[in-house]
Amino acid sequence: MPELPDKLTGYAHVYERDHINTDEIIPARYLNVHDEAELAKYAMEDIDTDFVKRVLPGDIIIAGENFGCGSSREHAIWALRGAGVRVVIAKSYARIFFRNAINNGFVAIECSEGCEVAGTGDHVEVDLAAGRLRNLNNGKEATFVPISDFARELIEDGGLLPHIKKKAGKA
Amino acid sequence: MGMTITEKILAAHSGREQVVPGEIVNAAIDLIVAHDVTTPPAVAMLKKIGIDRVFDPSKILVTPDHFVPNKDIKSAELAKQLREWRIEQGIERYYEIGNHGICHAIAPEQGHVLPGMTIVCGDSHTTTMGALGTFASGVGSTDLAAALATGELWFKVPETMLFELKGRLPFGVYSKDIILYIISKIGVDGARYRAMEYTGDGLASLSMEARFTITNMAIEAGGKSGIMPVDEIAEEYVKARTAQSYTKFYSDEDALYSERFTIDLDQLEPIVALPSLPSNGRFIGEIERVKMDQVYIGSCTNGRIEDLRIAAQILKGQKVANGTRAIVVPATTEIWKTAMREGLLEIFSDAGCVVSTATCGACLGGFMGVLGAEETCLSTTNRNFVGRMGSPKSKVYLASPATAAATAITGTITDPREFLK
Repeated sequence: MPELPDKLTGYAHVYERDHINTDEIIPARYLNVHDEAELAKYAMEDIDTDFVKRVLPGDIIIAGENFGCGSSREHAIWALRGAGVRVVIAKSYARIFFRNAINNGFVAIECSEGCEVAGTGDHVEVDLAAGRLRNLNNGKEATFVPISDFARELIEDGGLLPHIKKKAGKA
Repeated sequence: MGMTITEKILAAHSGREQVVPGEIVNAAIDLIVAHDVTTPPAVAMLKKIGIDRVFDPSKILVTPDHFVPNKDIKSAELAKQLREWRIEQGIERYYEIGNHGICHAIAPEQGHVLPGMTIVCGDSHTTTMGALGTFASGVGSTDLAAALATGELWFKVPETMLFELKGRLPFGVYSKDIILYIISKIGVDGARYRAMEYTGDGLASLSMEARFTITNMAIEAGGKSGIMPVDEIAEEYVKARTAQSYTKFYSDEDALYSERFTIDLDQLEPIVALPSLPSNGRFIGEIERVKMDQVYIGSCTNGRIEDLRIAAQILKGQKVANGTRAIVVPATTEIWKTAMREGLLEIFSDAGCVVSTATCGACLGGFMGVLGAEETCLSTTNRNFVGRMGSPKSKVYLASPATAAATAITGTITDPREFLK
């Protein structure tokens, strides 16, 4: 996998609501497949029917508390990633979703002020090394704890299982 | 320093004398439960990285439950992958259609769950099994794959919240009302990352079946697990199903809890969680008698025999209201058979309910009772999120099987005490 750049830029999709759950991120009626491209067609369908029409590769979701609560379905990560989402920034995460994100090498950042910095459609920059979210349209900023070296390694390896495979290969 | 049950189980499974909340431990897993939705992707991941054997087939239990009997071609493929994989891996504990059941219900029912175990499953309601004094937690497919390959999984030792249940439930009030009440008090993230431990004389008054309903919904408060100490009732349940030995763990008197709550069961009334969060619980007297297009009695939360008995007691000799559909889904084949022998299926059928084979079904909008736009459903399931049971424009209300049965008769949200004499 390519090296993870320190700075990622993309367009924001902002959902100020708390408790956006996995039933909204990928409704269970689509769980009869686990192909990322197929799941991507229905990402966020029950909260935002325009999302898949609007989302571009590299885009960033910004949300409230307890993002990804509910079902343990990893399909939620796959649907978002398949749709092009590069980063989720939420005030907090439900634990299974967060763990699934890390395990998939998907960038999920905890930031308490994300929703105050950007609105949907704003161009934003996420500085993973510095721990800073910046709205490129108006210069507003928020901070977060920079991602750890371990998380970076998992992201660069493409997730936990490829990471394990790589380590096993080296041993 | 004292430890909670959860800390003791995690310590014992990671070769440690002592663990404290926040620590990361690598724990041995005693039981992995695998179903048709999240297991096939885990298997595909393992194949992709060249791991073709599970660590120990005897520690794995497989049952298709979500979309079976196959609801469509794609689901059929998932169930087929699961079936072929378990044969290839030599997994003997397999429950095929005809013997199957919702995984969180069938695993304890068939004697595979022993106190003191660590259990994972690619499903958030794995917490159910904590009622037998286990550490049981839901994981995604990657973690499931890692556990299948290695028999281990890392966990952050959770802080524990203690809920002391005092007194006894009043007439017409059930364990579903207890957990809906707790979630209404602490919110859908009130237990985020934490273990929810239950204790008290009120707990002792609850049957095993009633207890599973409480631990089942730990995840609806964001909890990592729900857990109850093993007592006579739990041991009786286990020993009736297996002769295997087990270790019991109990929290120390000086164990550290991050929060403590006391729930006076005597003060509770039937509760209904309004759309679209499980935390929207209100006492039934405080809400309008909203018309219901459908009533659903089933799921890993409330599809056990005791739930069906309660519903049948209310529905006996009654009719489902005109304009309302009622669907009953026993959680396992064994429950279905018991319900048949006890005449419950006839009561349901005579009342105008449809009775399905065991499946997760419409609880998650799969099949067997999916809702259309603007439709309402009072359901004994665990979640009422937007679109959970079908159309994102449908509305789901959560309640006990008794409230569901009473509502089926009148067609509007109804206090079960009106029918329980």
